[in-house]
Amino acid sequence: MSEPTDPIAPEPLGGHRPPGRVVDGTFRVFAATGGALVLLILAAILITTTRNAWPAFADQGLSFLTSSTWDVVQGTFGTLAFTYGTLVISLIALLIAVPVSLGVALFVTELVPDRARRAVVFVIDLLAAIPSVVFGLWGILVLAPALTGTYTNVADEVSGIPVLGTLLSGDPISGRSFFTAGLILAIMITPIITSITRETFATVPRAQKDGAFALGATRWEMIRGAVFPHSRSGIVAGVLLGFGRAIGETIAVALVIGSSPQITARLFNSGDALSAVIANQFGESTGTYQAALIGMGVLLFALTLVISMIARGVIHRAERRIGTASA
Amino acid sequence: MSAVTVPAVRPSLKRSSASRRRHAANHLALALMVIAFIVTVIPLGLILGYVVVRGMKVMSWSFLTTDIPIVSRAPGGGMGPAVVGTLLITGAAALLAIPLGVLGGIYLHEYGGGSTRARIIRFLSEVMTGVPSIVMGLFIYTTWVLAFGVSGFAGALALACLMLPVIIRTTEEMLRLVPLDQRQSAYALGGRRAGTIVRVVLPAAAPGIISGVLLAIARAAGETAPLLFTILTVNTVNTDLFNGANTALSVQIFRNAQQVFPGPQERAWGAALALIGIVVIFTVIARAVSAVFSRKHHA
Repeated sequence: MSEPTDPIAPEPLGGHRPPGRVVDGTFRVFAATGGALVLLILAAILITTTRNAWPAFADQGLSFLTSSTWDVVQGTFGTLAFTYGTLVISLIALLIAVPVSLGVALFVTELVPDRARRAVVFVIDLLAAIPSVVFGLWGILVLAPALTGTYTNVADEVSGIPVLGTLLSGDPISGRSFFTAGLILAIMITPIITSITRETFATVPRAQKDGAFALGATRWEMIRGAVFPHSRSGIVAGVLLGFGRAIGETIAVALVIGSSPQITARLFNSGDALSAVIANQFGESTGTYQAALIGMGVLLFALTLVISMIARGVIHRAERRIGTASA
Repeated sequence: MSAVTVPAVRPSLKRSSASRRRHAANHLALALMVIAFIVTVIPLGLILGYVVVRGMKVMSWSFLTTDIPIVSRAPGGGMGPAVVGTLLITGAAALLAIPLGVLGGIYLHEYGGGSTRARIIRFLSEVMTGVPSIVMGLFIYTTWVLAFGVSGFAGALALACLMLPVIIRTTEEMLRLVPLDQRQSAYALGGRRAGTIVRVVLPAAAPGIISGVLLAIARAAGETAPLLFTILTVNTVNTDLFNGANTALSVQIFRNAQQVFPGPQERAWGAALALIGIVVIFTVIARAVSAVFSRKHHA
């Protein structure tokens, strides 16, 4: 029990007990309880959800993870198609959001004059403040219908081209598809990736940037030579956190993915994802069916836990190397 | 007298092709950055635009106070129960999460410091920020709803779990900004640890903490997934937080957006406008508080 004492707090006088002592101890205990609650809740999440999912795990065995057959009537609960959907839409989202986020972060740190920076950051933060369900509402009623025609055109254009032809081919083309879900996710995770990379870019030492300019570098060469090498781990952490958020995102995906469990390379087809299935089907579920849905929650939790732990690990290592500049 | 040799070839002042290429690459990269920003702002503008235009068509005082139609495809009606539910459930979640979160932040900064225990808690609270909100809903379902049934309070518990790590983090960061000499002065006057924290350190950090808390409330008010199976849904106002099903704006948007009839879709847009209104009000107040705070800080 090593307790770091506040270096400037007065030492209690020996002999008699100063009057405030009991209050001090009580307050300390309260504060520690507030902190320990985090540990309790995380442990409780893991234990209670796993326990309630156990009937499904026991019943389905390994096929819970490896089978893609989801048949409620037959009592077969294989989640592979949903895991596939989750990963596919998250990857689409990252492919779109990462370059855009890096661009926005550079725009904010390197191009925008100091006075306008607050306003630009506010606009990006506003995007992060829009609730997931509003993205979903816009996605299902405006974006998805509007994209159906575009998808058809694209599919016609690329038919015959080896890889693209398969990925973007038609039949049955749907506005509610893997790709629409990925697109909505991309919009939603852009502010997160932007804010983390932006903070990292802001810690690049002034001297390194000036040094690059002094050598005659253009602004872009300075960014490539001074900003990027310095920020590599920050970018990785930002991407991982965006990935974690994309995997766990539920409501918007549930509305636009089309709810059709299938493993296909055709991105314009309807699919389904772990989180979306839980949201859409939990209400009508009982028994093993419900256990299976809770089991998918456990799977989702485990995935995001691993990703966010790696991300935080990367950040902490980087912070230790840079010092506390980005705190 | 030595003659100065004049170089036979004058250096060319015209840009070499390599230089031109470098500058072209530079301009292209800078243009792409601007485009990235525009590409990000367009969906923001579109979404807000649609919500405001479509939402205003149905928005009125009676929309915010009338009951939700029992037949979901019916036109008209309002979102009264959902407005009440959102305010009640988010308010209860804030009451649960704020004291615990602030205490947790105080522990981390004032008592824990760099100890192993504090580092573990700090790490876990960051991890907890990443827990998907639907998993938090499942957690409250398995621990609370299975034992005590659905209620607004169950939803509030789920939202509180989502807010807790955010408030802990904000509190710790704001406490870090309080200057050392304020503490020293308090100790010099004979203040004890708890008294100093509560009467001196906390008030100094209060504006920053309040700002962070308001942002956390705004986020929680828009959450849908953790409420779906913890509060279910109702069509009439339920002011009893602890008994019976309840509803919220976010849940109503989710349910009505899936309907193909114009009536429920209109209600969904109206509910979205009401929700965005609540979120924006909290966000703007938070910005204002933190702006005042930082001005005071620089003075």
